Amino acid sequence: MSETPNGPAGPAGPGNPGTPPPAGDQGQGTTTQGGVPAGKKEAGRDRDLASWLPTVVDSIAAVVLALVVGAVLIMFSTPRVVESLSYFFSYPWDFFKFSGEAIWDGYRALISGSVGSGTAWTRTLERAAPLICAGLGVSLAFRAGMFNIGAQGQILLGALVGGFIGFHYDLPAGIHLLAALAGALVAGGLWGAIAGVLKARTGAHEVITTIMLNYVGRFTMLYFLGKEALQRPDSDNLLSPPVDDSAAYPTIGGVHLGVLLAVVAALFVWWLLERSTLGFEMRAVGANPDAARTAGMSVARVYVLAMTLAGVLAGLAATMTVLGRQDSLTDQVAGTVGFDAITVALLGRTTPLGTVLAGLLFGALSAGGLSMQGAAGVPPELTQVLQALIVLFVAAPALVRGIFRLRGQGRKADVMATGW
Amino acid sequence: MKLEIKGLTKRFGSFTANDHIDLTVEPGEIHCLLGENGAGKSTLMNMLYGLLDPTEGEIVADGTPVTFATPGEAIDAGIGMVHQHFMLVPVFTVAENVMLGREQTRGAGVLDRRAASRLVRELSDRYGLAVDPDALVEDLPVGVQQRVEILKALANDAKVLILDEPTAVLTPQEIDELMGIMRGLKEQGTSIIFITHKLREVKAIGDRISVIRRGKVVGTAQPSASEAELAELMVGRSVQLTVDKAAPTAGDVVLEARHVSVVDPRGHLVVKDVSFEARGGEVLGIAGVQGNGQTELIKSLLGLVRPDAGQIFVEGRDISRHGPRQSLEEGIGYVPEDRSHDGFVGSFSVRENLVLDLFRNDEFSRGPVLRRDAIEANARHRIEEFDIRTETMETPVASLSGGNQQKVVVAREFSRPLKVLIASQPTRGVDVGSIEFIHKRIVAERDRGTAVIIVSTELDEIYALSDRIAVMYDGRIVGTVDPSIPREEIGLMMAGASTPAAANGGAA
Amino acid sequence: MTTTTEAPAAAPEPQVRDRADVRRQVRLVITFAVVLAALVAFALLIEDPKFTYLLGEKRTAEFVPKDGNATYISWGAVAIAAAALVLAALDRFPRGWKGALLGVLVGLAFYAGFLMWAYTDQGEGGFQAFIANPIPGTIRIATPLVLGALAGCLCERAGVINIAIEAQFLSGAFFASVFSSVAYSSLVFIPVGLCAAFGLLGGVVAGVLIAAMLGWFALRYHVNQVVLGVVLVAFATGLTSFLLGQIPSEHKETLNDPQVLEKIEIPVLADIPVVGDALFNQTLLVYLMYASVALVSFLLFQTRWGLRVRAVGEHPKAADTVGIKVDRVRWQAVLLGGVFAGLGGAYYTVGSTGAFDREVSAGTGFIALAAVIMGRWHPVGATFAAVFFGFMWNLQNQLSFVQPVPGELLGAAPYLATIIAVAGFVGRVRPPAADGEPYVKG
Repeated sequence: MSETPNGPAGPAGPGNPGTPPPAGDQGQGTTTQGGVPAGKKEAGRDRDLASWLPTVVDSIAAVVLALVVGAVLIMFSTPRVVESLSYFFSYPWDFFKFSGEAIWDGYRALISGSVGSGTAWTRTLERAAPLICAGLGVSLAFRAGMFNIGAQGQILLGALVGGFIGFHYDLPAGIHLLAALAGALVAGGLWGAIAGVLKARTGAHEVITTIMLNYVGRFTMLYFLGKEALQRPDSDNLLSPPVDDSAAYPTIGGVHLGVLLAVVAALFVWWLLERSTLGFEMRAVGANPDAARTAGMSVARVYVLAMTLAGVLAGLAATMTVLGRQDSLTDQVAGTVGFDAITVALLGRTTPLGTVLAGLLFGALSAGGLSMQGAAGVPPELTQVLQALIVLFVAAPALVRGIFRLRGQGRKADVMATGW
Repeated sequence: MKLEIKGLTKRFGSFTANDHIDLTVEPGEIHCLLGENGAGKSTLMNMLYGLLDPTEGEIVADGTPVTFATPGEAIDAGIGMVHQHFMLVPVFTVAENVMLGREQTRGAGVLDRRAASRLVRELSDRYGLAVDPDALVEDLPVGVQQRVEILKALANDAKVLILDEPTAVLTPQEIDELMGIMRGLKEQGTSIIFITHKLREVKAIGDRISVIRRGKVVGTAQPSASEAELAELMVGRSVQLTVDKAAPTAGDVVLEARHVSVVDPRGHLVVKDVSFEARGGEVLGIAGVQGNGQTELIKSLLGLVRPDAGQIFVEGRDISRHGPRQSLEEGIGYVPEDRSHDGFVGSFSVRENLVLDLFRNDEFSRGPVLRRDAIEANARHRIEEFDIRTETMETPVASLSGGNQQKVVVAREFSRPLKVLIASQPTRGVDVGSIEFIHKRIVAERDRGTAVIIVSTELDEIYALSDRIAVMYDGRIVGTVDPSIPREEIGLMMAGASTPAAANGGAA
Repeated sequence: MTTTTEAPAAAPEPQVRDRADVRRQVRLVITFAVVLAALVAFALLIEDPKFTYLLGEKRTAEFVPKDGNATYISWGAVAIAAAALVLAALDRFPRGWKGALLGVLVGLAFYAGFLMWAYTDQGEGGFQAFIANPIPGTIRIATPLVLGALAGCLCERAGVINIAIEAQFLSGAFFASVFSSVAYSSLVFIPVGLCAAFGLLGGVVAGVLIAAMLGWFALRYHVNQVVLGVVLVAFATGLTSFLLGQIPSEHKETLNDPQVLEKIEIPVLADIPVVGDALFNQTLLVYLMYASVALVSFLLFQTRWGLRVRAVGEHPKAADTVGIKVDRVRWQAVLLGGVFAGLGGAYYTVGSTGAFDREVSAGTGFIALAAVIMGRWHPVGATFAAVFFGFMWNLQNQLSFVQPVPGELLGAAPYLATIIAVAGFVGRVRPPAADGEPYVKG
């Protein structure tokens, strides 16, 4: 693993790569990775591309591997295949035939349901949009050194406020949409900011606080759904009316405006991280908070801002269902978007472009998963397993490389910083 | 034990850290391994200790070839090592640290702490290494921690003891003590490999000296060789052992600390009522053994920790409530003691690190937008000016050598107008070429009228740069003296003595 | 004038008050002031001081409700809070275990005062809720939390962050149910009474399997452990839901209709008033939990293995240089942790309600993780933290019978308590120094 030279430029041996903190001073320093590969000879830009390529190969390999495991699961969730096992030794062909058919049917449905037609594309894009937005939030926070598990809660709060403005007030078309959108963004941002403030002021670990805030968010939603003003008149369930048409996203070219906003959000996050001073600070804090602080950056401010922006992006994700699909508010309105956003961000290696691509993939899986269930009787949970497997395999490139015998130096993936 | 190393080679990818090294250590010999930072000494010793697998070559102990896949096997073969960065678990007691790996048990794997304490006491009596077996290691001063490291090796019946840069954390008196211990061990038949880059020490203690440069043994020398000869052998060219500098023209007081006290996060008072002044055009050296409050004092000057009592003034303005950003804007430059901890962002490129605390300036950003062209121009300029050896400006700083990493930090800090420059261990882990360069730049900065504060545990560096020397011990400045004072006296002060002679020297 | 600051080595220490210390005092004063204000309000709001209480958990022949007078209790609570406030304001609030004890006392006072307010003035007629003994419920709910926290302690002491406790819970719950159901429906092999215990075995197997995944990816492939934990939770959630969906309804009895653990009364001990029945008339799993706490504490702090585990978690390189195989020790700790986490998961099926349902553990694995941190990575500390969470949960259950507090607030209470605990009272704690760092030689 440590077979990486520590600098061809100077005579430094790997004996002391990055001086560890001296004994007696047990600073909780972030360990800088001692072995960043430096062997490449290309000039700047080319190198970016060259180091980017293998990660794409890795990701594709991970997806393929996950689909293989998924195929096995499909096999064993098909009664015909399981039954054929009982007489496998008399008619082995049945087992292979039925298995093949089950896998073929399942994956054909997956593909046709996600990209096979115009409606399939619409569904894929509209399902990808919230994943992309929330995933961008997770990515952004990650780059600033925080693991935001709280997209779920942030989405719920965004949906609650955005939806409420959307169906409770009567405003002119345009303005109504803007008000509802702003409400969702602000609410999501504030909910996200809580974890940022807690981390900045007390050091409470964001993984725990965001998880807890997800539950608190759910109970907050339930509390308000119990109020008269949010109750749908024609229903006994805890269910709100959908937003008025004046607050809904207009449809452009078959998909609602939200899809476009997701793309805009991705461009914004890219600009923020790569071109702005705030993004520079965020990345510095994320990579080495001690150095960032010594360089005069306010680590606390970055934590709060990053979590606020992550919440805003989750709030934008919330509008996709509430203002886009015009779903009623329930405590299930966020579905599993908040958690899938984490896997999307990790699969996208926490870059904006990667997040968009990963979001599209998961959107397609989600859209195709439905038709898999309808056409081939494959349970919808399969897509959840697939997603987890993909991320697991992406996170362990060495494993995937071993299986596919891909070549490549033991490159450490960039999301693999150490924990706590 | 007679230890022979034959053609030992270690390659990391295309980089050869050790190139066919031959070395023989006779029983009861103190064999010095001299080489500058990054020459490959530690790699060699790590192979000898089973931490790294050699690419080629063999190790022969008393005539039989041996291979050590793990440190455990090396220990069993009678090799002990005192690491440069102590291999002690800070939250364990001394006895627990000594027993770790070969624990005394009362059967069934239940620890027998009493037996372990007894063993530590026995050993410390036998070798005259006083330690309390039940003290927590993190509460011990570094000098004592080193004794624990030696005890650990002795408890494993080491026949060959490797000491890796053991004097970096010791006062001159403690170094003398250590040398006494080494001689005692030698008399009892233990072979010692003593790794250092300090010429004075190899001359004082070595029976034989091997010099290693760029991964190769470039020669052996007798302890009678002159320091200049050794230095030339070590670096490969003639080296200037002193820094050229004119007499200081001390100006007004720029930075003043008044009764500063700091409590660390564990609640210990680590800086105790410290007052001093730094003048423009003068280098104030702060000497002292590591862990006597220098780190915290410097952090309080920069606003990284707020002093719990006392005030700090820059040009008469109280800055004791400033954060780091305001301190930077006040004109304080800072080279931190552990560059990879808070000097740079390892995954950032050279280009980005060169503006890490400058990116807010109008030169490098317009409102919220970074000016990439200006940042690139700056990088090109600084890389050339400071001779930073990097492939491109996009190379991550973590993959540069220690000396070039430090040059990135220094280049950044020197590239804005400074009133005060605070440099902590400015040349730790840096090759000789870079040391010379950095020292020259520091003196140049002084001559521009900046007040310079150098914190160093290396007395050589303190002497080379300082116009005045303040000595810290146990959180206090025990005295401020003139650099003409002999080493021994500063050594005594580093151990806590405040002699009248010292006080007089300071008043001069 | 180049002044010389002379200070003889033996000079008296300057008296400096640490800022953190001042913050602590401010925090204490504010907390106690809020508690005091709330308690006074509770006491003043009570009109009819009559309340009903029960020493047992449910009304039985042995336990019948009795009446009590709230006045003394609520004003007594006020007195305790006032005393604590005075101590804090004068900076005389004790530290260490005495301070903790006093803090707990104030907490209990708040609890008592709150209960008095909640259970008095319930109005005439109708259903009269009574205060039931909170201990049995607390212990029950705390059982999986404690077991999960022990798993967390073991892993993290060895330097492996375990966020996947929730994943271990879920898979443990699922396979405990399956094992117990299978055992019961194939009577031939296993006596009926042992079927539930056989379910525990299933939980252990599943817990260890997830632990093996954690170890494999974290130790073999150096995957970021926080990320890995979250992904494993997603994986386990998906997989158990998927598998549950695969159980055809006609096979539900054989696969997901487990025998649950029976209560076992320990003679003599169970007869101790108030606490005896609560602590010693419980299921096998609860007794296993008691034993586990003792076992893990003993292993970690009194044995050779424990010393090595802590060494690799604090300073793996130091352990390596004395010949300890770092990854092997870490593997052992992670897998052993899986045993306890799997047992904890089994609570959610064979330990309580029976059949597995989707996300049956409802995020409690994360609460167990919070308990690890609150307990400062010490098994006993983590146990106390877990019991505290169990107490909050049980309180929420019990209070759902009384009107004054909205149900959603109660539902959110345990989670809010976790946030407050992690942010307010723990703040920056020192995890094992090498927690989450893969060990790379050289």
